[in-house]
Amino acid sequence: MTTYDLIFYVFAAIIVISAFVVVAAKNIIYSAFSLLFTFFGVAGIYVLLNADFIAVVQVIIYVGGILVLIIFGVMLTNKITDVKIKTESIHIVPATIITGIIGGTLIAILTKTKWRITEPQNLDKTVTEIGRFIVVHYMILFELAGIILLVALIGSVMIARKEKAQIDEVKE
Amino acid sequence: MSVGLNHFLVLSVILFSLGIYAVLTRKNAIQVLMGIELILNSANINFIAFARYGNYGFTGQVISLFVIILAAAEAAIALAIVLNIYKQFTTVNVDEIDGLKE
Repeated sequence: MTTYDLIFYVFAAIIVISAFVVVAAKNIIYSAFSLLFTFFGVAGIYVLLNADFIAVVQVIIYVGGILVLIIFGVMLTNKITDVKIKTESIHIVPATIITGIIGGTLIAILTKTKWRITEPQNLDKTVTEIGRFIVVHYMILFELAGIILLVALIGSVMIARKEKAQIDEVKE
Repeated sequence: MSVGLNHFLVLSVILFSLGIYAVLTRKNAIQVLMGIELILNSANINFIAFARYGNYGFTGQVISLFVIILAAAEAAIALAIVLNIYKQFTTVNVDEIDGLKE
């Protein structure tokens, strides 16, 4: 067993255990914080796969952005005086069966398939190459991503803010 | 058996299944969102694993970058909707929200 294998298994264990806590925890705060470890573990897997730039982007956007948003959501949708922040699970048995079927089928498919794999490629200079790829081959997707982010920004502000009539009511 | 493509794919299948399980069982809308984030992460692991082990250059990494951008946009919109639902119904449990209009 090489060092590479050992590091992979450590990160895989972190991901699986913390993702299980996300799914099974009774307290929603525990779920949110265990999601943090899942995201860091996935970033570690990206580094193992020679995707260092994506790993950094994962840490910045998921941990710094999405997780903070989720924790704000948890805080704003529970009354502060509310002692129990517990959540329940429903339909556990059918969900377990469906999940088992989906997971088993996927694992069976991907272990039986003969992938056309090559030797693991050492992708060097990832930042330069990704920048070149985006500008040369995926220019339209890049522009679309910018427009989507702008639309999401305006849309979420419009959805989440109070109506004007409501603000006037509060003033009076 | 040294770590190869299949190890990463199995890892992403486990993450995907846990995400599906979270979406199916949790009552709280925010935890359903967490399940969706797990599913998107598992898709990203697949893209990047194939970028390394298949002969496709950087395409997989660039696509996973776009997936991360869309996940950020989706989280912002979804949480805004959840906040509005909380204002309307004073609960975010998806099994109690069953009215389209007051």
